[in-house]
Amino acid sequence: MFLERVPKTSNKFEKMTSDSRFVASALQPDTKPDMTKHTQLATLKFTFLSLLLTVLCSISFAQDIPADPAAISAGESLFNANCKTCHRVHQKLIGPALADVYNRAPSIDWIKSFIKNSAGLIASGDAYAVNLYNEYNKTQMTAFSGLKDEQIMQILAYVQAETIKGPPVAAAPVAAAGGSGDAGSGIPSSYLNAIVAGLVLILVLLVVILGFLVSALKRFLDQKDLSAEDKELVHSPITSNSILKSAGFSFIVIFFVVALGFKALINGLFSIGVQQGYAPKQPIAFSHQIHAGQYEIQCQYCHTGVTKGKSATIPSVNVCMNCHNQIKEGALYGTAELSKIQAAYDNNTPIQWVRIHNLPDLAYFNHAQHVNVGGIECQTCHGPIQEMEVVRQHSLLTMGWCIDCHRKTDVNSKGNAYYDKLVELHNKSSKSAMKVEDIGGLECAKCHY
Amino acid sequence: MKENTKVYWKGLEQLTNSPDFVQNAHKEFPEAPPEENLDHSRRDFLKMMGFGVSAVALAACEAPIRKAIPYVNKPVDLDPSVANYYASTYINGGDYCSIVVKTREGRPIKVDGNALSSVTKGGTSAQVEASVLSLYDNDRLRAPKSAGKNTAWEDLDKAVIAKLTEINAAGGQIRIVSNTVLSPSTKAAIDKFKAKYPTTQHIQYDQNSHFGIAKANEESFGTAMIPSYDFSKAKVIVSIGADFLNAWGSPIENTKQYAITRDAGEGKNDISRHFQFESNLSVTGANADYRSQLKPSEEGAVVVALYNEIASLAGRATVSGGVEKNYLKKAAQELWANRGKALVVAGSNDKAVQVLVNGINNMLGSYGVTILPHLPVYFRQGDDAAMANFVSEVEGGKVAGVIFFNCNPVYDHPMGDKIGAALKNVSLSVSTSYKEDETASMTAFLAPDHHYLEAWNDAEPKKNHFSLAQPAITPIYKTRAAQESFMIWAGESNVDYFEFVKNNWKNRFFKGGNFQSFWDKCLYDGVLEMPVDAASVSFAGNVSAAASAIAANYKSGAAFELAIYENGTVGNGSQANNPLLQELPEPITKAVWDHYVLISQKDAAAAGITNPESKTRYANVTANGKTVKLPVLIQPGLAQGVLAIAIGYGRTKAGKVADGIGENVYPMVTMTNGSLNFSAAEAKFELLSEDYQIAQTQTHHTYMARQTVIREFKSIDVKENPEILTKSFAPKVATWLDEDHQVKPGELSMWKGHDYKNHHWGMAIDLNTCTGCAACVVACNVENNVALVGREEVINRREMHWLRIDRYYSSDAEVTDWKGLEEASDNPEVVFQPMLCQHCNNAPCETVCPVAATTHSTEGLNQMTYNRCIGTRYCANNCPYKVRRFNWFKYHDNKQFEKSNVAQTSDIGKMVLNPDVTVRSRGVMEKCSFCVQKIQAGKLTAKRERRELQDGEVTTACQTSCSTGAITFGDMNNPESKISKLLKLRPANPDRPYSIDKIADNPRAYTVLEEIGVKPNIFYLSKIRNKDSANA
Repeated sequence: MFLERVPKTSNKFEKMTSDSRFVASALQPDTKPDMTKHTQLATLKFTFLSLLLTVLCSISFAQDIPADPAAISAGESLFNANCKTCHRVHQKLIGPALADVYNRAPSIDWIKSFIKNSAGLIASGDAYAVNLYNEYNKTQMTAFSGLKDEQIMQILAYVQAETIKGPPVAAAPVAAAGGSGDAGSGIPSSYLNAIVAGLVLILVLLVVILGFLVSALKRFLDQKDLSAEDKELVHSPITSNSILKSAGFSFIVIFFVVALGFKALINGLFSIGVQQGYAPKQPIAFSHQIHAGQYEIQCQYCHTGVTKGKSATIPSVNVCMNCHNQIKEGALYGTAELSKIQAAYDNNTPIQWVRIHNLPDLAYFNHAQHVNVGGIECQTCHGPIQEMEVVRQHSLLTMGWCIDCHRKTDVNSKGNAYYDKLVELHNKSSKSAMKVEDIGGLECAKCHY
Repeated sequence: MKENTKVYWKGLEQLTNSPDFVQNAHKEFPEAPPEENLDHSRRDFLKMMGFGVSAVALAACEAPIRKAIPYVNKPVDLDPSVANYYASTYINGGDYCSIVVKTREGRPIKVDGNALSSVTKGGTSAQVEASVLSLYDNDRLRAPKSAGKNTAWEDLDKAVIAKLTEINAAGGQIRIVSNTVLSPSTKAAIDKFKAKYPTTQHIQYDQNSHFGIAKANEESFGTAMIPSYDFSKAKVIVSIGADFLNAWGSPIENTKQYAITRDAGEGKNDISRHFQFESNLSVTGANADYRSQLKPSEEGAVVVALYNEIASLAGRATVSGGVEKNYLKKAAQELWANRGKALVVAGSNDKAVQVLVNGINNMLGSYGVTILPHLPVYFRQGDDAAMANFVSEVEGGKVAGVIFFNCNPVYDHPMGDKIGAALKNVSLSVSTSYKEDETASMTAFLAPDHHYLEAWNDAEPKKNHFSLAQPAITPIYKTRAAQESFMIWAGESNVDYFEFVKNNWKNRFFKGGNFQSFWDKCLYDGVLEMPVDAASVSFAGNVSAAASAIAANYKSGAAFELAIYENGTVGNGSQANNPLLQELPEPITKAVWDHYVLISQKDAAAAGITNPESKTRYANVTANGKTVKLPVLIQPGLAQGVLAIAIGYGRTKAGKVADGIGENVYPMVTMTNGSLNFSAAEAKFELLSEDYQIAQTQTHHTYMARQTVIREFKSIDVKENPEILTKSFAPKVATWLDEDHQVKPGELSMWKGHDYKNHHWGMAIDLNTCTGCAACVVACNVENNVALVGREEVINRREMHWLRIDRYYSSDAEVTDWKGLEEASDNPEVVFQPMLCQHCNNAPCETVCPVAATTHSTEGLNQMTYNRCIGTRYCANNCPYKVRRFNWFKYHDNKQFEKSNVAQTSDIGKMVLNPDVTVRSRGVMEKCSFCVQKIQAGKLTAKRERRELQDGEVTTACQTSCSTGAITFGDMNNPESKISKLLKLRPANPDRPYSIDKIADNPRAYTVLEEIGVKPNIFYLSKIRNKDSANA
C-alpha cells in the first residue's frame, strides 16, 4: 500500500496502519539545540580520521562521496532532521542501519532514487528494493522528493564518516542526541563489581587478622596476673548475642537506618509536585504524533495564543472543525474519537481536557515572551511533541530547570529594538553573549508576583 | 533661614501623647489579641499530629487532576490570558463616570477612567473603582420574583401587564419613581410606557439633592438647570459648605479641574487660593488654604455676609442679615480683586441661599468663565417637591401602580417610612432594583435590571455630551434590562434595548455617512461630544427676598446642631454592600466599617468624652423627631456645637456586608424652603455608658520623626525666599574626615551602588494636588487582589492595604506652645500623604530577610517573593515607612472572612480577581509591588513589537485612578520621561548615567526620611499652602 503525503479524503486514512506512521520524518527543531556541540565534535573527530579516510577511500567505490568537514556537518544536520526518526548509522531501528550503505546498495544513484521515491522504485520491480521492502514488513519509506542530490551526498558523507568511526565511538553522539544522560560517565559495572569484591576480600582479611590479634592479646594477658573481673572480661566469649547487644553494632544499625531514611525523605520531598512524565488519559485520544508529526501541522495553527499571551491556549472545538468537517475518520480509532469532537461541536459543550503542565499559581510563565520574543522552539520545553501519541510532561518544570535555561540561553536580541541599549551596555563590559541572566532573568519578580 | 516648624499629628492621641498611643507607637507590632485557649491537651496534640501526618501523606500523592477547558467556539477578538478593554459608562443614579473596563476571559476585573471624555477626563472615584465588585455581589437577585418567590419572566410580564391594563382601564394613577435618569434612550423607553399608560408620571429624586440650585437658577435666569462649573479657570475659590471634591456637583470633574489650579510646578506661586467655610471637616475643606468653621444654620448668613462684602466693594446695595466669620473679609477682597477669575459655590440645597450665591457670582463676573450656564449638567434632576407630592399621593391612596426604577426610596428618602407603609395599599408595585433592597422587598413584583457592567445604555451627563455603556460580561443571572421591561409592559414587540439605543443614536446624532463606522467609533471612544453654542445670561434674582427668607428660615442658638453629610467611602449608601468601600478608611476620620456621630473637641471635653485609640462610648442623637444610637468620634476641625453624621449607613436589606452597620439618618433630613435640608437646627445629644471601639486606622503604622515626612510651605514664604524649598531641611551626616566635615545622608554608603541598565522605575507624588480622595487605595486593592480583613482585624491593626493615605493634622503653633496647639487642634490644617512601599535602593527590609524573600531587581523594584517568605516579619520590623503587611490568616476561602473578603471567599466574588497576581496565603509578607505585573506586561508588549518601551505605556493602578494626576510613575533612566522632566532628574555622577543615585533638581522634590539614607525611588513634591502669613 502506498501513501500520499497529505491525504485529503477519509479512505486514505483508513489504510494507514500504526507502523506506517514512521514515514513522517522527524522535525528539525528536535535536534537544533545539540547541533553546535555535534559540529564541534565532528570537526575534532575529523582531524583524527582524515588520515584513515585517505586509505579507506581507495578501496571503496564511493569516491564521489564528499569527505570535507563542512559536508559532513551539513549531512549530520540533514540526517538528524530527516532520517533520524527511523534510521541510525549503526543500529537497526524502524529502517535498516545505514553503516556502509554506500557500498551495500547497488549504486549511489540507486540510493538517490530510493530516497526520492522509494515507492516508484519498488513498483518498478527493482529486485534490491523489493527485497528490502519485504524484509522490513512492507513498511514504506517516505518519499523525500524535496532533497537535492548534493544534500543526499552530504547525508552519505556523514554516514560514511560515522561508518569509518565505527560503532563504539560513534555511539556516543547518538546517545547524547537522544538527550539521555552523560555517555562518558564512569567505570563499567564489571569493574565496579571487581572493586567491591576486592574490598570485601580485604575486609574479610582484616577481620581474620583482627581475630588473630585478639587471640594473641588474650594469650598475652593470660600470662599476666589479672584480677577475677578482668579475667572474666578477657574471656567473655564473642557470641552473636554479644555482638547484637554491643553499642557499636547498635550505632551502626541506627546510623544506617537514619541515613537511609533521611535520604529517602529528601528524595521524596524533592519529588513533591514534580510531575515529569505525567501523561494522563485525555477525554479524546488526540495524537500529536499524527497531527504535528505525520502531517507536520504547525503548532501555532492550533495553539493560537502562544505568540500573543501568557497562555498558549488549547484550541477551541471550532479550530478542530476546520479540518474535521471534512475528515470524519481517524487513522487510529476510526470514527470513535472524532465523533466526540463532532458531538462537542453540535451540543455546544466544551471538551474538558486534562491539564498536563501545571505550574503553581505563584509562578508566572508567559508563552509570548518565550516563543514570540525569545524565539524558542516548542520542543525545547515540551520535548519531541511530534512523536508523542499521548502527550506527557517532558520537562521537570521546577524552578531549577527554569533558572538553568535562563543562565545558558542567549537573549534573542537581534532585530529587537527593545534590547538595543542593553546589548550596547552589555558589550561594553563583557565579551560573551548577553544571557537572559544578564538582564535580570534570575530575579524573583520576573516570575513571582 | 526659617525652618519649617509646623507640628504634625495623626490623631488627637498623638497630639496629647496619650499613654495608649505612646505604647502602641513604640511597638513594632500590636499586641497579639487573645486567641482561643492555647492550652492544648494531649488529645489535641495527637489530633494535630494525625492530621499533619495524613496531610503530608496526601501532599506526596499525585497532584489533583486539573482541567483545561477551551471554548467551543472562540470569539475572534478574545484570547485567553490577554485582557480586553471596553469603553463604557458608570451610572449609579445621577453619578456618572466615563470608564474603560478591563476584562479577562469575559470577566470585568478592573475599571479605569476614560481619558476621551471631556467630562470626567479619565478621572475616577473610590466608588467607581469599587463598582466592579458590586457586579459580583453575592446578594444580587438571581431571577425575577413575584410575591416573594422566583418566577419566570413570562409569568411576571403577564401578571404585571394584567395589573397595568386593569389600572389603565379604571383610570388609576401610575408612577415611575427613580433617581436621576441620565440616559436619553431610557427616557425614550419610559416615554413609550407613558404613551401606553397615559396616567403615568415619572418622578425623579436624588439622595444628595441639588434641587435648590435648579430652583435658584430658575429664579435667577429663567431656566431650572444646574450649570457646569469650571474650577480650572478660578484663581480664587470660595466654598460655603460645598464638598465639591467629594459629594457636591460633579466631584470627579471638579477634582480634575481643581488640580489644574493647584499644580505648583517647581514652586510657582500662581496657584489658586481656596477658602472653605463649613461645619464638618470635609475632603474639600481639608484641601483649602483658609478654612473657617460655621454652624449649619449659619450657612445662609455667611453667604449673605459675603454678598454684602462684595456688594459694598462693587458699590451695590447690600441686603440685611449676615454673620461675621474668620477670613470672610479677606475672601471677599480677594474675590473682588480677581473678579472674572473667581468662583463661589455653596452646598446648601436652599433656593434662597443659592440665589444669593448666583448674585455674588454675577457681581464677580463668573458667568461665562467659571460658571457655564449654557452648558447645563444633568447629574441631579431630582425634584424634591414632586417627590414630596408623590409621598402624599401614595399615602392618600391616590396611586394605583408604582414602579421603582433602580431606586430605593424606602431607605434613602427622608419620607421612606411613609412610602414603605403605603405600598401595601398600592394595587401594583414593581421594583427593577438588581437587589432585593429595602424598597424592593416591599413590592409585589421584582423585575431585576442588569448591573451597569452587564447592560447597554447611554447617558447625557452634560448638554450634548453623550456617553455609551456596553456590556462587559454576559448577564450573570436571569436579569433583564429595565428598559426592556418597560417596553414589554407597554406592549412593544421589538424590545431589544441594544437595538433601541442604536436606533435612538442613529435618529438623534447620526449626521450621514456610514452609520456602522459612526457607531463603531462611538462605541470605541465611549463618548460622543457635540459643540454647544455659548450664551450669556442676565441675573434677575431677588436677593433681598432671598436674604429675608434666610433670616426667617434659619435660627441658631441650640446647644447642638446636626449636619448630615455624605462621606467619601460608602457615599449615599447605594453601594454600601461593597466591602471595598466599607474597608476604605474614610479620608478624614480614617474609620472603617463603622458609623459614628462626630463631635468637636471642645464639646467632647465638656461632655467628658475622650477616645484614645478609637475607644469610645455610644450616644443617642435626636433630631427632627428621630433618634439614632451611634458611637461618638471626636473630630478636630468640626465646629463647636455641631454634631455630624454621615448618610449611607443603617442598611437593613443591602446584603451580608452592609446590613446592621450604623443607623439610617435619611429620616432626619427635613424640607426647608421647598427642598431637602441636610441639617437640623436643634439636636439632642445624650451620652450613654455603653463602650465601643471604632475601627480606625489613623494612628496605625505611625513611624519615625515628622520633619522629613511632610514638607509644607506657605506660598508667601516661598515667594519671599525661594531657597526655603531646598534648604529648610537638609540633613547632614558627620564623617570621620574632620569634625566639621558633613555630607548629605545619601552620599555615605557601605555600598558602591548598582547600575540599573534597563529601566529605573520611580514615582513622584505631588502633595499639593493630592486631595486625599482615596480612589487610588481602592484601585490598588482591586488590581492587586488585596485581602479585606474586616472590622475586628482592623482594630487589631492588621489591615492589608498596600497603599494608605496618611492624613496629618498640623498647626503653625510652636511645639512648646501648648495653648496654641490646643487651639489649632480645633481647626487644624490637613495634609494628605499617600504612603506605599518606597522601593528603597538601599532597602533596610532586604538586608534582614533570612531567606532572601525580599530582594532588589535590576530595575529598581523592591521585590517580594511570597513563596519564599517564611514569615519572620523582620522586614516589617525594619521598614522605616511601615508599609509591609503580614497575612495573619488565610484570608481566601476562609469562612471567617466571608463578610469582608467577598472577592476571595465566594465563587462569584472570585471572578473579580486579577489572574496575573497571586492570592497570598497565610504567614507571608506582602506590600506594594509597583504593579510589577503591569510593568512586565508593558515590557512584553514593547518586546513583541520589537521596539523601545515608550513613556506612559506602563502605569500603576494608583496612578491611573488618580483624578488629579498627583501620582507620576515612569522610567527615571529615560531623560524624556514625564517623571524625569517633572523632577528634573540627573544622575549624581555624570559618568554613571544608569546609577541608582539620581538627583532631583525640582526644588519641591524630596524623599521621605532622607536622613536615614535608604534612597527611596519615590519622590514627594512638597505641599504649598497658598497663604499670606501665619495669622491672616
